[in-house]
Amino acid sequence: MAESATPIVEIKSVSKIFQLQDQTIHALSDAHLAISKGEFVCLIGASGCGKSTLLRIIAGFEQPSAGEALMWGRPIAGPDPTRGMVFQDYALFPWLNVRANIGFGPAARGLGGAEVKGIVDKFIDLVGLGKFANAYPHQLSGGMKQRVAIARVLANDAEVVLMDEPFGALDAMTRERLQDELLEIWQRTKLTVVFVTHSVEEAIFLANRVVVMTPGPGRIESDNALDLPRPRDVASPEFNAIRRVLSAKLHSHHGKKAA
Amino acid sequence: MAIVETGSVPATAEDVAGPKSTRSTWTRLKPTVLALIVPLLLLAFWQVATTQHWTRLIPTPYAVAECMVDFAVGGIFDDAYSATLLTHLLASMSRVYGGFALAALFALPIGLMIGRMPWARMLLDPFLQVMRPIPVTAWLPLSMILFGLGAKSAFALVCLGAFYPILLNTVFGVRAVDPKLFEAASMLGCSGNAQFYKVVLPAAVPSIFTGLRLGLGLAWFVIVVGEMTGVPEGLGAVIMDGRTLSRTELVICGMIVIGLAGYLSDRVVVATGNRLLRWSPNHHG
Repeated sequence: MAESATPIVEIKSVSKIFQLQDQTIHALSDAHLAISKGEFVCLIGASGCGKSTLLRIIAGFEQPSAGEALMWGRPIAGPDPTRGMVFQDYALFPWLNVRANIGFGPAARGLGGAEVKGIVDKFIDLVGLGKFANAYPHQLSGGMKQRVAIARVLANDAEVVLMDEPFGALDAMTRERLQDELLEIWQRTKLTVVFVTHSVEEAIFLANRVVVMTPGPGRIESDNALDLPRPRDVASPEFNAIRRVLSAKLHSHHGKKAA
Repeated sequence: MAIVETGSVPATAEDVAGPKSTRSTWTRLKPTVLALIVPLLLLAFWQVATTQHWTRLIPTPYAVAECMVDFAVGGIFDDAYSATLLTHLLASMSRVYGGFALAALFALPIGLMIGRMPWARMLLDPFLQVMRPIPVTAWLPLSMILFGLGAKSAFALVCLGAFYPILLNTVFGVRAVDPKLFEAASMLGCSGNAQFYKVVLPAAVPSIFTGLRLGLGLAWFVIVVGEMTGVPEGLGAVIMDGRTLSRTELVICGMIVIGLAGYLSDRVVVATGNRLLRWSPNHHG
């Protein structure tokens, strides 16, 4: 567990039940998680394990059916700019160009034109999209769109960045580049990142903490601190040893579930 | 295991050599040439059909062309219709655009309301769905009773014709906004009513635009019915007069002018749309 006093995000005995017609789905069951400022936490698990539900509860898009979700010790009542979300399918505003997408948050906060412009310039630079400042989302590649999505969250002064399989739709090379860039941004800004993925390798490469979740009902199986030095080498024996352990934990529920 | 790097792939940048200029000329002209084939074939068939006397009731293309010149600039027949094209065209245009503007004025706010407010949908949608299949022609008698003989009635009928496509596409556009965009806006600090202006409206613009385009097309479509209400001027009135006077060439002239005017009006709308909707990948008509 982290040693700092108040965790930036805390999940206390959170359960989430969805009612679909006459079906009851236990998406999340009695989850506990405390995240300290500056951590890079990955949530991994098979589909149906509740990792996206947990992320959406932290974002404020969903309310827990039981338990509490807190930020700096105060209940999360709804989405707000301190917790920015990066979606797998980008969710950029297609009618705004790169510049206006990144400036959306600052403008919504009521900042003046010059101030917004300064912020936008800074973050366009950060994600290396200077040449595409006036392009519209449909003119960008998937990797560029995701850079815009990251920049628009950072431009809005988010303290926690929530990422829902953000690189899942990208090709392998683009994914690796964006992983490197994300780590660089994280190390430079000391943001707190909660990152959902189904790739063990991606989780080990990025996180300093990997939370393994299992389905039916969705629950937290284990919480694993990683102290591998960075930059991490996916081909190293240490990396592969961790990968073996986490994969085993990830598949542990298969035995329990008589198929 | 070793990875052997083979020699680099030879460059295959052999540019399309040859008569590049003739190629591009053809590429440029191709749409026009293809578009003209069907009308020209039809014209040829019309010419043959009338000169071979397969029908005696339809005038020859030449007679129509002659009538069109007289209609436009006069100097051939010197009758009541000589050199009146512009008058009739302007009269019809004022009804088409006026009726269309009136339709947009009603349909846009009602559409936004039906799309966004469940109670408005429950209140208005069933009623409007029943009214919608009633053709504009069927409204003609009632319209003449309500608005009297003349321009007001024509105005109302055109407005009615343009109303539904604008309304339905506005409702669709507002309801089809990707829910992710609402989440994205709210986590960026834009919530509540602000989302209507920042998310719903811009997201619905392509669909609203399609509705306006269809509505304007329909306004031209129903102008003849609209001008059956006893207005003295207008292309619809000319067609109705031509029919009464058995001047079929005048009827055809009216039809051609409506077709061309409707087409040009649509091109202007499409060009405007392409400028305004540069961001939309599927909006290049």
